[in-house]
Amino acid sequence: MKVLALDSSGLVASVAVAEDGDMLAEYSVNYKKTHSQTLLPMLDAAVQMIQLDLQTIDAIAVASGPGSFTGLRIGSATAKGLGLALDKPLVAVPTTQALAYNLYGFSELICPIMDARRNQVYTGIYTFAGGRMQTVEEQMAADIHELAEKLNGLGRPVMFCGDGVCIYREALEQDLRVSAYFAPAHVNRQRAGAVAALAMEYLKEGRTQTAAEHKPEYLRVSQAERERLAREASRP
Amino acid sequence: MSEKIRILAIETSCDETAAAVVENGRRVLSNVISSQIEIHRLYGGVVPEIASRNHMEKINQVINQALEEADVALDGIDAVGVTYGPGLVGALLVGVAEAKAISYARGLPLVGVHHIEGHVSANYIEHPELEPPFLCLIVSGGHTNLVIVEDYGEFRILGSARDDAAGEAFDKVARAIGLRYPGGPEIDKLAGEGNPQAISFPRAKIEGAPYDFSFSGVKSSVLNYINQRKMQGLEIPKADLAASFQRSVVSVLTEHAMQAAEEFHIDRVALAGGVAANQGLRRAMSQACEERGLALYYPSPVYCTDNAAMIGAAAYYEYKKGVRHGWDLNAVPNLKLKSV
Repeated sequence: MKVLALDSSGLVASVAVAEDGDMLAEYSVNYKKTHSQTLLPMLDAAVQMIQLDLQTIDAIAVASGPGSFTGLRIGSATAKGLGLALDKPLVAVPTTQALAYNLYGFSELICPIMDARRNQVYTGIYTFAGGRMQTVEEQMAADIHELAEKLNGLGRPVMFCGDGVCIYREALEQDLRVSAYFAPAHVNRQRAGAVAALAMEYLKEGRTQTAAEHKPEYLRVSQAERERLAREASRP
Repeated sequence: MSEKIRILAIETSCDETAAAVVENGRRVLSNVISSQIEIHRLYGGVVPEIASRNHMEKINQVINQALEEADVALDGIDAVGVTYGPGLVGALLVGVAEAKAISYARGLPLVGVHHIEGHVSANYIEHPELEPPFLCLIVSGGHTNLVIVEDYGEFRILGSARDDAAGEAFDKVARAIGLRYPGGPEIDKLAGEGNPQAISFPRAKIEGAPYDFSFSGVKSSVLNYINQRKMQGLEIPKADLAASFQRSVVSVLTEHAMQAAEEFHIDRVALAGGVAANQGLRRAMSQACEERGLALYYPSPVYCTDNAAMIGAAAYYEYKKGVRHGWDLNAVPNLKLKSV
């Protein structure tokens, strides 16, 4: 099975092509250009390098959120367009799961954190047991101090990754009473290779979507909607 | 012309998710529009983040429907056209990313289109005899321009809005008198029941720039009038106010256009943009053009408001000129209309 994977959920733009147990191509860039300018040229470069016939892929995988709203939409709209044009299914891989999959095999806790502004992070808590990733806490938007309390409650060493580390590392080190580790550079950001590898598992389980039905998982409603709902709730 | 060029066009610059298939720039094979008006009405105007999210949920369905209604498979498409600005950046990005991915996956040329060039090109759809050069008055929620269309996609800009666009003034006045979003069509409807001479509102002229527009003065004047009536405990004559306001805006638009037609010796005039559907504007322009023996063109209402057929029309002429965009095409929210 061949999977084409995209991740533009955070600051990194990343594309990959995997076939069964092989990573045929992976290309990640952490640079200030917008994903709208980088993602498709990067995919094109990878496709040309491995002389990939796009028709031979079985599915298009995308990091489906949470993340930057705009970044998610660039990734998802690209995946939807590819799916429509190639008539292939999509595999939506939750962003924090893909981030955690970078740390495959780590048997203590894995906690990806992405900056969600307002002292919050998009996060989830995972671990590996028996060669499979287990979810300890589903992905969520959480206050950084509440997250630290939750980890203290679990009482196990934890490895952090994600772009939230550089912003919240100090706060975490202050709050945490468990051992904290921070993943090194090659596995601490979004990588489409992890999205592709995880998508391969999803694909085996038949967890696909049509290109038409796919949409990102933002984990947050828009500010305007939040304010409208609050107004309506406060009315007698 | 024997060769048929079919363009799949995509437009997501504001709150309509739209796709169309257009043949040779003039023949519309399909024109699908999924409007978000009802959603944004809850907020009294377009909410960018909500617009972007809704584009995402509808885009593939709209494109699939456009292909189905045109009875054309992607194999029968020669190029993909897409609006890349101006507009809401998040909204534009959905269409741009989708269009790029489709053209990339199918090896089709990609043609990015300026939204306003699309509005102008809407006139080609129903007027096969209309070809440049002609004068075009572009009036919408975000834009007011008076241009000479010298060739396809080539504009000489004579005048632009200095502050509020005409459509923006319509929306703000509508909101002030409690009309629902979008305000333009509501004012137009109400104006039909009122006396346009009832209230005198200013008509701004800009010193040294005879073709530029300023509508913030008339807007403020209307808002002041409303406040004064409220303070005096008087009822607001909504229909008369709508009619008088609309007349003030329409007469400035018409006078500018007529003056330009005379100065530049142009005998064909076209209207474009959402406000081109305004009955008051159409009537005033028809009368003014008739008096001077000028030919007037305007699109049907469905091609005045945002749609993808107009983008397909514009994309065709860009395609013919050899315009191709790369996979790094980005959305440009404040994309300028180039003046020749």
